Amino acid sequence: MDLSYSPEYEAFRTEVRAFAKQHGASAPRGAMGDMRAWQKLLISNGYAARTIPKEYGGFGAEPDVLKSRIIAEEFIAAGLPMGMAGQGISMLVPTLLELGSEEQKKKFIGPTLRGEIIWCQGYSEPGAGSDLASLTTRAVEDGDDFVINGQKIWTSTAAQADMIFCLVRTEADKPKHEGISYLLFSMKMPGIEVRPLVTMTGRAEFNEVFFTDVRVPKKDIVGERGQGWFVANATLKHERGMLGDPNQAGTRLKALIDLMQNEEIDGRRLMDNPVFRDRLLKLQARVHAMEFHGLRLLTAGLRGEDPGVARLIVKLMGCELNHQLAAFAIDALGELGILYSGSPHLRASGTWQTSYMFDLGLIIGGGTAQIQKNIISERGLGMPREPKAAKA
Amino acid sequence: MEFGLTSDQKMMQDSINRTLERVCPLERVRKAAGHEPYASDVLKALVELGVPGIVTPEEFGGLGLSLLDAALAAEALGRHVAPVPFVASSVLAPLALIGVGSDAQKKMYLPKLASGELIAGVAISEQAAGAREKAGITAKGGKLSGKAMFVLEFGGANIFIVADKFAGLHIVDAKAKGLEKISLSTIDATRAIGELNFDNVEAELLSSGNPAATLERMIDAGRIMLAADTLGAGGRMIEKAVAYAKERKQFGRVIGSFQAVKHLCAEMIAELEPCRSLIWYAAYAFDEFPGQSRRMAAHAKAHTSEVGTFVARTATEVHGGMGFTDLLGLHYWFKRIGFDRQALGGPEKVRHDAAVAQGWIGN
Repeated sequence: MDLSYSPEYEAFRTEVRAFAKQHGASAPRGAMGDMRAWQKLLISNGYAARTIPKEYGGFGAEPDVLKSRIIAEEFIAAGLPMGMAGQGISMLVPTLLELGSEEQKKKFIGPTLRGEIIWCQGYSEPGAGSDLASLTTRAVEDGDDFVINGQKIWTSTAAQADMIFCLVRTEADKPKHEGISYLLFSMKMPGIEVRPLVTMTGRAEFNEVFFTDVRVPKKDIVGERGQGWFVANATLKHERGMLGDPNQAGTRLKALIDLMQNEEIDGRRLMDNPVFRDRLLKLQARVHAMEFHGLRLLTAGLRGEDPGVARLIVKLMGCELNHQLAAFAIDALGELGILYSGSPHLRASGTWQTSYMFDLGLIIGGGTAQIQKNIISERGLGMPREPKAAKA
Repeated sequence: MEFGLTSDQKMMQDSINRTLERVCPLERVRKAAGHEPYASDVLKALVELGVPGIVTPEEFGGLGLSLLDAALAAEALGRHVAPVPFVASSVLAPLALIGVGSDAQKKMYLPKLASGELIAGVAISEQAAGAREKAGITAKGGKLSGKAMFVLEFGGANIFIVADKFAGLHIVDAKAKGLEKISLSTIDATRAIGELNFDNVEAELLSSGNPAATLERMIDAGRIMLAADTLGAGGRMIEKAVAYAKERKQFGRVIGSFQAVKHLCAEMIAELEPCRSLIWYAAYAFDEFPGQSRRMAAHAKAHTSEVGTFVARTATEVHGGMGFTDLLGLHYWFKRIGFDRQALGGPEKVRHDAAVAQGWIGN
């Protein structure tokens, strides 16, 4: 156990801090500002796409999780936005690096990193949620093309997306896990219809996407035909890493402490109310526990140790904690906490309610809490799998 | 940056666990529980590993290790519900002596505590958890009067380290004139606590440094040790629950293949593993970042207690009716966790201390 950083890392931290100081004022805030220009600046300094090889448009540094952590810590401390983090960058790029052809890497990674191609993910279907492998969107061979028919759901950014990475069934006669292929195609093609899916937050964070005789060249496949399940699992691994980020909980806790210090009820600070304070303290302990848990996993990774069950719990616990932080903020605000949609007296632009509702979506998405518990008990604790009802 | 155990630390914890597997099986715990002040043969085996001297400097016959090492030992003891002194006699009493003992006092007591020749009870409950029934000690002219409750490792103690109302620390001989000792029965028969009544009792003052600061350090260390004890006991309960669920059959299947049961097990481990990370950090902070020590010790204690309570009841439920019986003995772990939760401050009290420590409220 040694939580100090060696001089090399301290020097790196100084460098990141200097960058934050120099460029902080020009950083885009919220929807304002030029995110693409910011992204370009971050890549050229190695603060985004850090370990992606230069030839594909990244910065080309050796993987170093400590440096990545220092960047995150300093950006959060300075209140600067990190680089772009859409599904293309977070999920498709690592997948292409691992399993894409040279041509696909050259063609897609650079523009994706620079925000020139926005991607959406075509995985879930109305009939294939937790049981994703039972998906039925069909891709039938016709000359040099696949012809695609079917429907996807829970597709975020589909309306803005230029491209989709999509799971389709190419081998109708094979067992369900062996008949899937992973295709890349344009969202601007004829036969694609995007319908916004309005959620409980009142916004359309997701969409439904309908495919009618969409023609996709057969060469735009990642991996081999029928290997799409394997390719998709490489991607899901990246998504689960993304969904349990403890930095987010730390940021929320900070905002929650400010809220408790500044909001008053009957002329007294909320912090002086012992019941609210006790709830805040319970959450603070949880945030610390997950933060240190992240450090433990980081060290295990550096040492090449398998942290076993300790890693499998991160998505479940991280998403739940974020949800609980938002839930508590709403309780602390009381009647102010139910204000929404630009109402007078609204606090934090209504983000506590939006987060509270949207986090429920994150608890369900990317492998539901119940699926996570299956994974933890089966892979982490060695408990028996659910007996299979029937072969599909 | 390295957040993990060294190979020496892993080896040390392994050897304590292996020793306890050998000398402290459930039958041995049963025999000692409520009948012996502590299991002297188990203590003897731990002395051979140097456990009682774990935080005592080498010049006084100890191992001179960190509080994180002590937490690893505490975890192993909790895992085996070991009926032996440790938190008070091997961690808190040495910290008191190291903090405010004179050279002569250190030389006199530390080597004997490290060798297990001497057992020290520690009376700091009023300062750590708050005074009940008007308990409290006053010191006047080197003599102590009043009442100290919930004295840790009271059973078989030769000396007591006693805190007075003004955070002064004293050593009292267990046989001192005017000292009345009353055993208290708790749910946890693996730890013998008691009450001390002082009627003008001769005491040795520990005054070579800052007693108030030392007392705070003792409370922090004690809370971290109890959290680690719960971590060990809770971890073992989960293992037992999982093993039972893989064996027990109902409806023609092992019950561990039902999601209702699997999910309980997943929830337990998902809650407990982050406690391990929190306890490691709190123990490390105790030595390396003293400014964070109060808050992190409090969080480690309170949060692990909350999780421990959940694990204790849930693991019992997974065992079905068997979990409820004396025959299976699961209740020793259940009760150990229940004891740890209240000793040196329950979750609400301890969280209050965390709020004060970070300046959210006044004292």
